[in-house]
Amino acid sequence: MIELTVNGIKRQVDVVAEMPLLWVLRDELGITSAKYGCGVAQCGACTVHINGKAVRSCQTHIGEVAGKSVVTLEGLDNKDQHPVLQAWIEHQVPQCGYCQTGQMMQAISLLASIPKPTDEQIDQVMSGNLCRCGTYPRIRAAIHAAAANKIAEK
Amino acid sequence: MGHMQTLSRRAFVFGSAAVAGGIAFGTYGRAEAAASDNPLAAGLGPNSVSFNPWVEISPDKITLIAQHADIGQGVGSVQPIMIAEEMDLDPGQFEVRFAGPSPAYFNTGFADEFAPFVAADQSPAAEEARAKTLEWLRQSGLQMTGGSSTIPDTYEKLRVAGAVARETLKAAAAKRSGVAVADLRTQSGHVILPNGTKIAYVDLSADATKIPPVLDAQPRDPSKWRMLGKPMMRLDVRSKVMGELKFGIDMKMDGMLYASVKLNPSKGQPLKSYDASKARAMPGVKTILEIKNGVAVIATNSWYAMKAVDAIACEWAPSAYPAEQADHWKVLESSFKPEFLGKEWKKIGDIEGGLKTGQLVEAEYRAPYVGHQPLEPLNGIGLVTDKGMEIWVGHQSPRFVQYVAATAIGLKPEQVTFHNQWTGGSFGHRLEYENVRVLAEIANQMKGTPIKLVFSREEDFLQDIPRQIAIARHRGSIDKGKILAADLQLASTTPLKGLLERSGTPSKDPDGQLAAGLWNVYYDIPNFRATSYEAQGLSPSTTWRSVGASTSGFFTESFIDELVHAAGLDPMRARIAMCTVPHYRKVLETVAEMSDWKGPLGNGRGRGVAFVESFGTPTAEVVEVSMTDRGIRIDKVWVAADVGKVVDPVNFENQVQGGVVWGLGHAMNCELTYAKGAVQQTNYNHHEAMRIYQCPVIEVRGLENDPKVRGVGEPPVPPAAPALANAIFAATGKRIREMPFNKFIDFV
Repeated sequence: MIELTVNGIKRQVDVVAEMPLLWVLRDELGITSAKYGCGVAQCGACTVHINGKAVRSCQTHIGEVAGKSVVTLEGLDNKDQHPVLQAWIEHQVPQCGYCQTGQMMQAISLLASIPKPTDEQIDQVMSGNLCRCGTYPRIRAAIHAAAANKIAEK
Repeated sequence: MGHMQTLSRRAFVFGSAAVAGGIAFGTYGRAEAAASDNPLAAGLGPNSVSFNPWVEISPDKITLIAQHADIGQGVGSVQPIMIAEEMDLDPGQFEVRFAGPSPAYFNTGFADEFAPFVAADQSPAAEEARAKTLEWLRQSGLQMTGGSSTIPDTYEKLRVAGAVARETLKAAAAKRSGVAVADLRTQSGHVILPNGTKIAYVDLSADATKIPPVLDAQPRDPSKWRMLGKPMMRLDVRSKVMGELKFGIDMKMDGMLYASVKLNPSKGQPLKSYDASKARAMPGVKTILEIKNGVAVIATNSWYAMKAVDAIACEWAPSAYPAEQADHWKVLESSFKPEFLGKEWKKIGDIEGGLKTGQLVEAEYRAPYVGHQPLEPLNGIGLVTDKGMEIWVGHQSPRFVQYVAATAIGLKPEQVTFHNQWTGGSFGHRLEYENVRVLAEIANQMKGTPIKLVFSREEDFLQDIPRQIAIARHRGSIDKGKILAADLQLASTTPLKGLLERSGTPSKDPDGQLAAGLWNVYYDIPNFRATSYEAQGLSPSTTWRSVGASTSGFFTESFIDELVHAAGLDPMRARIAMCTVPHYRKVLETVAEMSDWKGPLGNGRGRGVAFVESFGTPTAEVVEVSMTDRGIRIDKVWVAADVGKVVDPVNFENQVQGGVVWGLGHAMNCELTYAKGAVQQTNYNHHEAMRIYQCPVIEVRGLENDPKVRGVGEPPVPPAAPALANAIFAATGKRIREMPFNKFIDFV
């Protein structure tokens, strides 16, 4: 048994230590906002936070997560009013939407370290997150809007 | 519930006069159920009513049917909203369900695409052919999402469906209250009496079962719209952002086991032998199955299944197409011969005479195989019991899913119950059947156990039936500063023919998608010819966002640019001057105005323009690039497209921007190449398309001059590549005639 904390709840899973966190979340715990896209950290669809940092859950073995705190999109604090999620809704970013949970988890991590990013900083941090529908112009706009909202709140 | 039969006693075959843009489906019979039957009728509960295949009202809820598959283009929102607009329903007052398989959901939007006339031709002869095509679509019950038909197919019928529902509910309220229908109005899901009394629609469902539907109800004039035509919130945005929406891959069933597969990477060829001894001992593995052209692992978790299937050593039968990419190109090069003729689509004037006069311009262009690779990999859940099969999969052709699954395991199509799912993109991928066929085989061997199949990304790449590969050999002449002749010829694999064959409806007609972007050229060129050749024996190919026009648009609009340059003309002003369709010319003028086109920019910057009509939507794009020390940077793109009516403005912009990103990204960075019969690119690091750092600002304008309502999912794609290539030429003097461009130039 491996024990970890997911969205504030202690969970135990009986899987091999090499299993990527992604598949523990999806198939063992039924938490599906983390998506399988590439399996090799090329697309970012599986992005979650571990101890507050954005990581690719497809490349994170469950054995390394033991005892750590994992947050998926479902477990975000203040989820319904979260400035990044609100900006994503206001700008109607999703088309198919499959990559967007990963995009938002990455954007939240970006704004935590750079509260008011430039386009260049957005491009740099968000380039690991692939969107096949091509919503990039809206992702940029939503991140700027979320940054403005967060700053206004302070 | 209707079903499709490949051969039917009432088969309906086209005569050559009505053969679709050359596209005819093969013998494609109508099913026992007819397009006029309402598939919702059989499933109604007590006191529930359905007036047509799109509206269902029960005492506790209203359900609106999204006829098409949602592949990210917004079907699950705009289609129900078209009904809700007419019914005076507000978002939140109805549920949305995807249509099941039924001929009632035949796609009227294909009538334009399949009739043998270019879109701008709206002559009586063209309209008559389209009417015949429509009748054939009705007879065959062709239910398919594609061809940018989300809006064109449903714009009339869903608003009518909503109007019929509204007027019938009013009639029911009139009967109950004794108030004349003319004195009733509707608002927010209620019929409202003159005294202000409100009767909820759901409370009228039982009454409505007892009266005939008001079939002559008319949809309202667009000037009366509350929601359509105005910025509105897509119904699926919130649940997608909140991570609540379940895609097909997120579905789970009690007692479910997980499967992953390894199929012969030489597409369609069998498995010779395999050694699963290592896999069998791996954690989580339940069993190993042999399927038609590969192996499957059943496990307790998708990852266990993928790891174990990876550990199976397989010996494969050799490829049926050339094993090496160089030989694919050789086959194409030698396909410009009469025996491979697809069709001479158009011939105007004296082409040979025209080419002998003035300055001859010749150029060869190439477009490689590319993958679809939506971010949600192929998947599905299947359950086979003694009664038949149930399948949960996101797919664009419900009735063909029934056919393919049934055929794979010896059932009848009507024994397959299909539940469509939200999908994480498609771009043409979910018109094919690899996951459906394989899932049927696996579930059949695992009878009684629900099986969830997920392709690994690598397997998805290997089995992805690519976009067509093509070579164009174009010739033209310039005389007295004008284009005198253009002879457009291409050799290509056949995307639509291939899809039809795999759908169980093979066609011997020329592939009409090879005409797209080749014959519908709206410039005043007195001597013109457009010819396709169909290469034989190459990789299977299929429809990829914008299909034939994705390659031909690049070839044609690059070549027009070369001719214009040879004539010493400005590429924008020359196109505007040559454009023969007034409202198409307006599209070019609009993009010129948006981009403030004033000729060459200089200083290492350049602009290119391209104009392509595909799926009836004329679309013009200007791309601006600059040379930097790290390579070409795309600074900005302007797009104008005429869709007749912009029904959903926010999503319109989103779709256009996405189409431009799709067109540019693949033209810049992507190809699939074969080695030893398998594609060499098996993950996104080898087939990147566009990431955010390469994405320019994209300014979009929709025009409403076309007399018909058109789609916009695909039309922004074809002009993107040639506009970029033309911009690179303007900035650098370097003419790139082959995709992907990054083989020839660096991008930032």
